[in-house]
Amino acid sequence: MAKTESTLKNMFLTLFVTSLVSATALGFVYEATKEPIAKAKQANKISAFKKVLPEFDNDPLAEQITITTAEGDVILYPASNKGIPVAAAVETFSKKGFGGNIKLMVGVLPDGRINGIDVLEHKETPGLGDKIDSAKTSFSQQFLNKDLTTYNLAVRKDGGDVDAITAATISSRAFCDAIKKAYDAYLKNEGAQQ
Amino acid sequence: MNKALINNLTKGILKENPTFVIILGMCPTLGVTTLAANGIGMGLATTFVLILSNAFIALLKDLIPDKVRIPAYIVIIATFVTIVDLVMAAYFPALYTQLGIFIPLIVVNCIILGRAEAYAAKNNVFDSIIDGISMGLGVTLALTLIGGIREILGAGSIFGHKFINSDAILIFILPPGAFIVLAYVIAIVNKINKAVYKG
Repeated sequence: MAKTESTLKNMFLTLFVTSLVSATALGFVYEATKEPIAKAKQANKISAFKKVLPEFDNDPLAEQITITTAEGDVILYPASNKGIPVAAAVETFSKKGFGGNIKLMVGVLPDGRINGIDVLEHKETPGLGDKIDSAKTSFSQQFLNKDLTTYNLAVRKDGGDVDAITAATISSRAFCDAIKKAYDAYLKNEGAQQ
Repeated sequence: MNKALINNLTKGILKENPTFVIILGMCPTLGVTTLAANGIGMGLATTFVLILSNAFIALLKDLIPDKVRIPAYIVIIATFVTIVDLVMAAYFPALYTQLGIFIPLIVVNCIILGRAEAYAAKNNVFDSIIDGISMGLGVTLALTLIGGIREILGAGSIFGHKFINSDAILIFILPPGAFIVLAYVIAIVNKINKAVYKG
């Protein structure tokens, strides 16, 4: 087969057909993977709910409330058991991480105590900042059952009550920042309801 | 199997290793290799894209006019990378959270366009696929090796299994460690290559 000549018509046609075929192929793949991707994301959230919430029997995903803050959206998932509100899972974030955004799911009880924290997403340095993940170290355990109305959410270096991870103060600060955002959003929502 | 085929299949491992000898695609090499598992994941994703893009470019090389070949190749490569990106997000969410931001970067990985230009555009489909496998194998081995060394020295673990109880030499996990490890491994590979191939 002879090589196609580089005439204007040929070049135009080749690029047009190549782009058309790839766009079509990508369209199909996008459609086919759309549902599994959404499911994977949802499964991730539901497993996070189980880690940070006390027993609940409603569907927190269906009742989600979005709280807009200056830096972005914090999402509240109210959980209830037999109609009585038991806690709220708060999907929160911090932009102050060492490697960019940190996303957490924080379970806040009605009296302002923390029931559980799960790290959804982070890009912190492996071996240092990734210790915020409860699978790696007990760093996040120190927040459990802390009353956010009195607990000073800042690392000790900044005059707070939190023991920072050695050599990962920035990650620790970002972790506190995310929890603070979660609690602020929780209070804002409580205030709006009264 | 004949000798040329075996040569083609094994050249990527040492003799023409894309990372250590051709020195292409340094961005993912330095960026993702903090853990051995990340190296394997990135290597396999790159291999998949390499094989498919090599095959398609070898198939279409006569149809694509010379003057627009680079844009056409890039479109083909970008298509496969996006497919990998979507499929990984859908079916391997755990791996995707680790490698997510580096997958789109495969598009601009010089190994892939480099092999398209240097090999697939001049050879037939079968040989190009073998070339893709060989180069992909080279990348995967290289990234896993660098990732493994950095994980052992920097985190005191291998494939996530910790063997010391405290922190290790943290600099190897941090960006400078990537350069240090890469430099030593390249030096050793060059030495081996010289001995094996009398170059």
